[in-house]
Amino acid sequence: MEAHALENLRYIRGAMERAGSFTAVPGLGGVLMGSTAVAAAWMAGPQTAQGRWLAVWMAEAAVALLVGIVAAFWKARRLDVPLLSGPGRKFVAGFAPAMLAGGVLTAGLWQAGMDHLLPGVWLLLYGVGVVSGGASSVRVVWLMGACFMAAGTAAVLLPAAWGNGELAAGFGGLHIVFGTAIAVKYGG
Amino acid sequence: MEPRSEGAGKLDELIHGRFRLGILSALAVNDSLSFSEIRKLLETTDGNLSVHARKLEEAGYVACVKGFDGRIPKTEYRMTPAGRKALERYLDHMEALIRAARG
Repeated sequence: MEAHALENLRYIRGAMERAGSFTAVPGLGGVLMGSTAVAAAWMAGPQTAQGRWLAVWMAEAAVALLVGIVAAFWKARRLDVPLLSGPGRKFVAGFAPAMLAGGVLTAGLWQAGMDHLLPGVWLLLYGVGVVSGGASSVRVVWLMGACFMAAGTAAVLLPAAWGNGELAAGFGGLHIVFGTAIAVKYGG
Repeated sequence: MEPRSEGAGKLDELIHGRFRLGILSALAVNDSLSFSEIRKLLETTDGNLSVHARKLEEAGYVACVKGFDGRIPKTEYRMTPAGRKALERYLDHMEALIRAARG
């Protein structure tokens, strides 16, 4: 009887953890990340030295990462669901490799003087990370990743002078739009 | 329809089954889930999910809203207060069983 009860509790916990992946991506955090990206684009736009432009976006990446982590923990805590078991770990496992590749490519392209490709590469790889990390999540997460990939592809093909605007539209606009949708439908 | 009433110490057979327990557990951590999201989560078939979701709906444990996403029919489920209480009672019951077994 005890074993059966324990097994039932494990089943409930497992179902909640799997379902938690539907809510683990923080919508409100996404909106906030989008807002900081718009602010970063506003600050990076007037920079004439490419080093300063890169520094602004690197700082934005660090801020967005922090906002994302805090928002995910806050959401998990508010909904009383575990983050670091199942769903959260799955998302990180899918998301992190693309971010690592983005870091390596950023250094490489910068050193090679091909920094005009950075906006496209960042958007594309961020999209790959979201698609991969959100593979077991709700469709809207996958769709957000696909939109980032499309934005990245466009950024690679479009004139380099549009890079800052593309980053604002991608990291700013897409985060705000999808973050709002996730926040409304998936509990914050 | 009135929710099924269960005594505090009596096991709610309606949600004792795996699929129905899974549906309620999933809805407990989401404001709402679509039919296809629950089906994907529980890795089951349309027919199986329909049967179990209807039983929960008839008991008043979940509320079902049918609509359209563009031209595509969409069914959304939410847990009702009665459903949340039923799940809480079920969890209490399981914990009581474990406590009793451990003396």
